[in-house]
Amino acid sequence: MKFDKEYFNIGRLDLLSYQDTPVHRLDPRAKVITTLIFILAVVSFPKYEIAALIPFFLFPVLLISFGDLPVGFLIKKILIVSPFAVLTGMFNPLFDENSISFFTLTFSAGWISFASILLKYTLTISAALVLIATTSFPGMCHALRKLGLPSLFVSQLLFLYRYLFVLMEETMKIVRAHDMRSFGKQRMQSHTAARIIGSLFLRTVERAERIYSAMLSRGFQGDVLSLRQERIHSTDILFAISTIIVIGLFRWHSLPVMLGTLIQGAML
Amino acid sequence: MSHHIVEFKDVHFRYPDGTDALQGVSFRITHGEAVGIVGANGSGKSTILMHMNGYLMPSKGSIIIGDLELTRHTRQEVRRKVGLVFQNPDDQLFMPTVLDDVAFGPLNLGMSPEAARQRVHEALKTVNCLGFEHKPAHHLSGGQKSAVAIASVLAMEPDILVMDEPAANLDPRSRRALINMLKTFTHSKIIASHDLDLILDVCNRCIVIRNGIVVADGLSKTILSNETLLEENNLELPLSLQRR
Amino acid sequence: MHMADALLSPAVGATFAAGSLAAIAYASKKLKSTIDDKTIPLMGVLGAFIFAAQMINFTIPGTGSSGHLGGGMILAILLGPYAGFLVLASVLTVQAFFFADGGLLALGCNIWNLGVYPCFLAFPLLYKPLLGNSTSHKKILIASLISAIVGLQLGAFSVVLQTLLSGRTDLPFNTFLMLMQPIHLVIGIVEGFITAGVISYVRNVRPELLEQVMQTRPLDAKISIKKILIAFFVLSLVTGGALSWFASTHPDGLEWSLAKVTGKEELSGQHGEISGGLKKIQDTSALFPDYTFKSNSETKESGDASWPGIEPGTSVAGIIGALLVLGFVFLAGISIKAIRKKQSQS
Repeated sequence: MKFDKEYFNIGRLDLLSYQDTPVHRLDPRAKVITTLIFILAVVSFPKYEIAALIPFFLFPVLLISFGDLPVGFLIKKILIVSPFAVLTGMFNPLFDENSISFFTLTFSAGWISFASILLKYTLTISAALVLIATTSFPGMCHALRKLGLPSLFVSQLLFLYRYLFVLMEETMKIVRAHDMRSFGKQRMQSHTAARIIGSLFLRTVERAERIYSAMLSRGFQGDVLSLRQERIHSTDILFAISTIIVIGLFRWHSLPVMLGTLIQGAML
Repeated sequence: MSHHIVEFKDVHFRYPDGTDALQGVSFRITHGEAVGIVGANGSGKSTILMHMNGYLMPSKGSIIIGDLELTRHTRQEVRRKVGLVFQNPDDQLFMPTVLDDVAFGPLNLGMSPEAARQRVHEALKTVNCLGFEHKPAHHLSGGQKSAVAIASVLAMEPDILVMDEPAANLDPRSRRALINMLKTFTHSKIIASHDLDLILDVCNRCIVIRNGIVVADGLSKTILSNETLLEENNLELPLSLQRR
Repeated sequence: MHMADALLSPAVGATFAAGSLAAIAYASKKLKSTIDDKTIPLMGVLGAFIFAAQMINFTIPGTGSSGHLGGGMILAILLGPYAGFLVLASVLTVQAFFFADGGLLALGCNIWNLGVYPCFLAFPLLYKPLLGNSTSHKKILIASLISAIVGLQLGAFSVVLQTLLSGRTDLPFNTFLMLMQPIHLVIGIVEGFITAGVISYVRNVRPELLEQVMQTRPLDAKISIKKILIAFFVLSLVTGGALSWFASTHPDGLEWSLAKVTGKEELSGQHGEISGGLKKIQDTSALFPDYTFKSNSETKESGDASWPGIEPGTSVAGIIGALLVLGFVFLAGISIKAIRKKQSQS
């Protein structure tokens, strides 16, 4: 069952990435670079920072809105977290010996750093999801190639992507066939898995053989050539520069503290 | 223009594991002919097809494609003339998008990007798939994939079109669209298939293969109404000729 | 285990990302000149195969929990270290995008932890020598087990180091190790068995296929062990230098948690082992230049101090401001969505 769900999720993200919105139309290079700078800025905050992280939510929110992305689906993806960040951060309240007093409450500073980790996690994961949901994977790969990634590796990524869904369907069929014949026994045994994986491997090698012959029959001589010619437009540059500037501002000036102090001052 | 001959002269082929797949195949197909190749599973149909673009080389005998005899040196040249469409479009469409796939052939032929784009446009137009350029293959339906696979071969403007079970995974409507499209092509057509009705519709000549040799070669309407011959080869009458 | 962006500091993340990129560039260059044309589609489809195969969950005998294939060892065995590494790196990259598992910066760490150790260390230094020219199932199993276990132990240890050096968590080194290594020992055993199982199965059913695949490896597949060791030596010098600089200027690093833990009374039960273990680490770290413990007073002066000395005043302001900003951001999002919806309907 879990397999089906994963497959569906990947398929949905993949479909989303081919939509046509202002965000989708931005050059992939601009999006990749700004996302990386965003992530670096977020993780560069010190251990106990919380307030200054909040304004960063502006980016994923804006991109989701202008990119017509389904909010519920993305939130669900973020919540089904990779446990590692949470599990490790969870120990902070236990092991951090500093404590904080807040009005009348005293608690371990580890709670603050744990909250910081959770915020950073949400921000970085959202940034990655938004990037892939608004940029088709082939587009991303070509951007990475233009940015310097070796072309052999990029070809590898593109081939993988192309056959990802084919292989997943093939695997799903085998797994389903197994599940239908394993009355009672809940999960697959490891030796069965080894055999299934082995036979999948054989089918994959045979498929590679056929693909190679198809490539040869269309004149393949070793180089995978491409037609792509993406040109950078002024909108892309504008987007990238303005985003980076705002990220910089948010990183070095805590907007919430500024706002809050203003209000406090106004109230007093 | 008039020398698009495909000639097999006493071709033998043995697979590395020892199987004698072809044991003296001979036939001659001339320009513009539409020929069906039929036979039981394992009779050698696919092996014959794979020789036509030099993917396999005969152990004995010779093959002439156009003006060229098929050798290791002439293989690349032969592939310009012969377009081979495989049974499973997923094996044939291996690039990230339709545009990339259909442009693959022209670019490998050494064409400039602009010329390649032109070929892509024409090929997609022929198969009624204009507008799919930026879609990845896994977003297409079975019929669309088949059509794009054919386009990817047409873009090389081959003289001879060879197809292996072209309608195998198509629903009736896509199959009909395919048949209609094939009837408009002026290339020489060589089609291997179990779909005898398709062969009857598209090919006016038919070759029957059994155990690696040609056992019959003649007009489709003659061969495909010969019940005895068909049954000897694990086949039966095309459905359109059977009485209900 | 997959590393996560949220636990990384930019320095650690960037260092390992650079390392992984260098490894990818190196492997690509090596392959480009020697690779068989046929291997290109094979690598691609095998990547998709590993991706799909990783989604097959099975029970681990004895523990009852579920496991799945990693694939690093299988890829290295089948395709050789360079191609195996590239395929694994491509699988991790696609996973980073479609599963957003951990993040994009962490991809650099993951490729290093899960790719470099199995393909460039465990395979040439353990699997190949252990197996030699033998084709016996028993030898395959032993070689697979040992290489998988060692490869994964190294990977797990890397994760611990990367987390600790980033300084976002407070897990003490020893506790962390005690958690990570045993788990990955079990994972390594499972991986070894599955790897051997798949290789043996294929060898039984279609041995010529296995030969065929392994023949497509570049002739230059023998890695010079000397080169590997030199590379690792250089890398450890560089990271040691970079990280020690980093650690000395940013107290929220390894020694911070070390300092905290050594002053510990609460962890009385483990006190003896921890301080013993830590003492060993401290001794080795003495080899790094400028690797000192910062006193509390110094940390209060450095701008990026992990201990910001939260005063109630600024923190209340921070909270008010944060809530305001949050509200504004979501309002903006909702209105934009509503406007776009109206636009598309009209």
